[in-house]
Amino acid sequence: MKEQLPALIVIVPLLIALLSPLVAYFSTRLLRGLGLTAAAVSFVSAVGALGHALTKGPWHYYFGNWAPPWGIEYVIDPLSGLMAVLVSFLSLVVLIYTDSFLREEGWLKQGIHYALYLLLTAGLLGMTVTGDVFNLYVFLEISSLSAYGLIASGGYKATVSAFRYVLVGTVGASFYLLGVGYLYAITGSLNMADLTVRLQPLLDSQAVLIAMVLILVGMGIKMALFPLHGWLPDAYTYSPPAAIPFIAGVMTKVMAYVLLRYFFFIFGVLNGFVPLVLEVVGWIAALGIILASVMAIAQSDFRRMLAFSSVAQVGYIGLGLSLGNMFGFIGAVFHIINHAIMKCCLFLVAGGVKWKTGEHLIEKYAEMSRRMPLTMGAFLLGAFSMVGIPPTAGFFSKWYLILGAIEKDLWIYVVVIILSSLLNAIYFFRVIEQAYLKKAPVAEREKFVEDKKPELPATMLVPIVVLGACILVVGILNEPLVSNILLMAFPGGGL
Amino acid sequence: MRELFTEHLIYWLILFLFMLGPYGMIFKKNLVKKLMSMNIMQVAVILFFLALGQKTGGTIPINLPGLIGAEHYINPLPHTLMLTAIVVSLATLGVSLGLLLTVQKRYGTLEEDELLRRMNQ
Amino acid sequence: MSMEFLLAYRPLWAILISLVAAALIMLTGDKRPNLRETWTIVAAVGKMLIVFSMLPLVLAGGVIEIEPFKIARGVSLHLRADAAGMVFAVLASFLWVVTSFYSIGYMRKLQEEHQTGYFACFAVCLSATMGIAFAANLLTFFVFYEILTIATYPLVVHHRDQESIKAGRKYLAYTLIAGQLFLVGILWVQFLVGHGDFQPGGFLAGKASVGALQTIFLLMTLGTAVKAGVMPVHGWLPSAMVAPTPVSALLHAVAVVKAGAFGIVRIVGYVFGPQLLAQLGVAQILAWFAAFTIIVSSLIAMAQDNLKKRLAFSTIGQLSYVVLGAALLTPLGIMGGIFHIVAHAVMKITLFFCAGAIFATTQLTRVSELNGIGREMPYTMGAFTVGAVGITGLPFIVGFISKWNLALGSLQGGQGVYVGVLLLSSLLSAAYFLPIVYAAFFKKSEPQVAKHHCGEANKMMLIPLLITAAVSIVLGVFPNAGGGLYDLAAMSAQSIVSGQFMVGGW
Repeated sequence: MKEQLPALIVIVPLLIALLSPLVAYFSTRLLRGLGLTAAAVSFVSAVGALGHALTKGPWHYYFGNWAPPWGIEYVIDPLSGLMAVLVSFLSLVVLIYTDSFLREEGWLKQGIHYALYLLLTAGLLGMTVTGDVFNLYVFLEISSLSAYGLIASGGYKATVSAFRYVLVGTVGASFYLLGVGYLYAITGSLNMADLTVRLQPLLDSQAVLIAMVLILVGMGIKMALFPLHGWLPDAYTYSPPAAIPFIAGVMTKVMAYVLLRYFFFIFGVLNGFVPLVLEVVGWIAALGIILASVMAIAQSDFRRMLAFSSVAQVGYIGLGLSLGNMFGFIGAVFHIINHAIMKCCLFLVAGGVKWKTGEHLIEKYAEMSRRMPLTMGAFLLGAFSMVGIPPTAGFFSKWYLILGAIEKDLWIYVVVIILSSLLNAIYFFRVIEQAYLKKAPVAEREKFVEDKKPELPATMLVPIVVLGACILVVGILNEPLVSNILLMAFPGGGL
Repeated sequence: MRELFTEHLIYWLILFLFMLGPYGMIFKKNLVKKLMSMNIMQVAVILFFLALGQKTGGTIPINLPGLIGAEHYINPLPHTLMLTAIVVSLATLGVSLGLLLTVQKRYGTLEEDELLRRMNQ
Repeated sequence: MSMEFLLAYRPLWAILISLVAAALIMLTGDKRPNLRETWTIVAAVGKMLIVFSMLPLVLAGGVIEIEPFKIARGVSLHLRADAAGMVFAVLASFLWVVTSFYSIGYMRKLQEEHQTGYFACFAVCLSATMGIAFAANLLTFFVFYEILTIATYPLVVHHRDQESIKAGRKYLAYTLIAGQLFLVGILWVQFLVGHGDFQPGGFLAGKASVGALQTIFLLMTLGTAVKAGVMPVHGWLPSAMVAPTPVSALLHAVAVVKAGAFGIVRIVGYVFGPQLLAQLGVAQILAWFAAFTIIVSSLIAMAQDNLKKRLAFSTIGQLSYVVLGAALLTPLGIMGGIFHIVAHAVMKITLFFCAGAIFATTQLTRVSELNGIGREMPYTMGAFTVGAVGITGLPFIVGFISKWNLALGSLQGGQGVYVGVLLLSSLLSAAYFLPIVYAAFFKKSEPQVAKHHCGEANKMMLIPLLITAAVSIVLGVFPNAGGGLYDLAAMSAQSIVSGQFMVGGW
């Protein structure tokens, strides 16, 4: 079994996903157990694979023992292993959380939800561990389709938003596929490692430039890089609270990871047109950070505010990508980890508040800190991390990103990052003020003064608290993470 | 100049289809038409891959006894890849139609502006 | 857990003890107030004992240094108990003990709400203050600096009314922006030099162009000057007076503002160094801003009728004494500045304690209402007089000693004009404090105000303020009493000027 770990990461959720509706017909409790087991197995396999990659070097797993470049292989190097661990961990945590939301639903709805959710997990994990660019497209579409389905299950407005997302997302995937087509046309290969070698002499050609741009635009749409982010606010706002923490936390990050993989590893940051393309990425990322943060300030719905905040945070990752140096890479990857955990935690909080009180407007959050102390405590940590207050994780992403920007003498990016921290402070502290300092209207107060129940069921509270703690832990322990994993992930092994 | 068109006509067709997709998605108001435009865009990409695999004088990539050598067969790989892509396109179509059915049932219309009006009521 | 480990890690325990207390306070909650208050007292006394136990070693010229773990690539969480840090730590930990008793008395007398959150945040603030005092590099300093900002916010907005929320927003706006500017400076230094470790005498000489170094100095001092209340970025301090008086007393007279001033001392003495700053010519500008602040704040103080606001502006002026001392770049100037951290703290905390005692007992807040109160509250006003007179610089109260050193320091550097500034400031302080003392003892109270009078303040409030007043006098006569603080200040100044950690006293 040990030799099959890379395959297990993807296959177990995939199989259980296909079985879910059938199992649900017989017993929803069995379904829950099976689903959690699948996620747990995936997580453990990912951790094992990462451990192997850190100690013994990248793991190349050939499917069906067909050697590349003809066969499809999975490659677990420190970067992809780390992403796999992140995705599977968050999948497990959110799956535990969704229990309370699904309990009252019928067996069919539960079965389908688990199916789509596990398919999404499998798709995202496949994207992170695969070593073949077309295989990546396949998993991209698997995860996208599941996401469309999950988002649409949140109600009628969600269905319309999901349809818009289908249109835009498919455009993005088509762009990506066309880019892959160009790469295939020039090199004849679809294997990432092979492409890296074959592209070396060709990097100054126009075809490669077009391929780069196509892939950039395609993945840019999927990761909601400004100005291609239009689908995101509606999709995140109306999405069901059971699914959105995972989608918001992880989907855009995996797409960003794909771009990192392409630009740092396959194309190589110093070659040919890449610096030029990255410079453009930097400018639009910087613009996106500021504009999205400003738009977030204008929102009155908590989830919509978080959605625009996500667009801004993706801009940080884009900024790190565009810097092209080691600190930029570390900053981008570290921010992927941080933002995934932070955003997932924040959406878990939003879902928890909705579950308990039905509210999602910020002004209705008055005195929420008294009703749901632990939940809002986790929110507090998430908010501090987004603003960038040490020693939470968000501060350290900014630390590395700014160092990278200073190294490249790009002071404008330093200003952008600092300014956006302050803008983040404005809209997050507004929620903090509302939740901790404002008094609720008298009618509301009667309701919760008598409420002696615990603030949330344990299956919801534990994930929230665990993720909140992770924000602090990842921040304080960022150095081992960076030195032992991220630096090894950097092409060339880092310093 | 003539070669640009005669030899690469297929690519001009692909380009036209690839542009037609987003045009339809943006400018057509009916959701089903948008869906069809999306499909057209996907078809354009599929054609692109297939065009890559063509060779003048090549025949279908099934082993004919006596015909040895790669130059006699067109490249089968893009075809296999595009089989996958066609399935993906089909699945997307299925999901989208499912969504549209739900929208139609709830709001009674599939015209975008009318739909927005009914949603905001 | 060997004894050696416990002893070596004392700076870390000093920080952690109140974090643990904060958690215990939150867990205990409102249901058992006496148990909750016990945690505060235990932590405060414990912290003071830990800090004082490190005194002998540091007074003999040594340092206690630990790097528990790395906090970012290439940078560790580095704590060092050196002379300057010990001055701040001894001061803060001793005053927390006193303030804790005072807080209990004040909050119970006024039956304030949200007491659990209050005491918990207070504990976290003191943790952060210890961290600032013991930080040995820029990133560690910054981490605790920002924690202090965040932990004091709930205390500022304690009363949760419109005015408090607005004051809190102003506070955050000023401090977060300042923090970000400071951060840019820190990152720039990190990039240029590869580390941010404090070195007596500075470590930036020759590492970058003059323009770059000047900009870094500007960014860093802006970052810390906001907390230190230098004009024109002092705006948050008067507004923050809406907080309960113990908060104003310890935090806004001692912890937060002194953290800012201490930061400037670290930047001037341990990052840039006097020689480099003299070359760059930027310290002059800082000194001008300090002098401007000293004079103008005193003038504004004279116009304030609200007692706490008057004390706030007095604080602003007095803090700039520390900034001025650092900016003078001379050994006596720096020493005077560092010692003034101590001097002003004990005097000002006495004054705030008195203001709070008056408010808690009589609900009076305005200077104009204080006629005759000296007869009702003789001990309180007696302590007030000691503090007030000390601020003006009367000999035998501690304020005189730091003023004397500052004056000598400015002469030492050939900048005699600052002696004039100091003299003028003394006169102005007298002008805004002595009338209060006079009115309290010698004027008759107005009839409508007299009905508020109800005797002396309760013991929990009275004893702390008498203690701090007594300390002001004792330190004025024996500046080394209790903690050898005067020697520590001297050692720190000498080490800055000579470029090495000092061995032995002066």
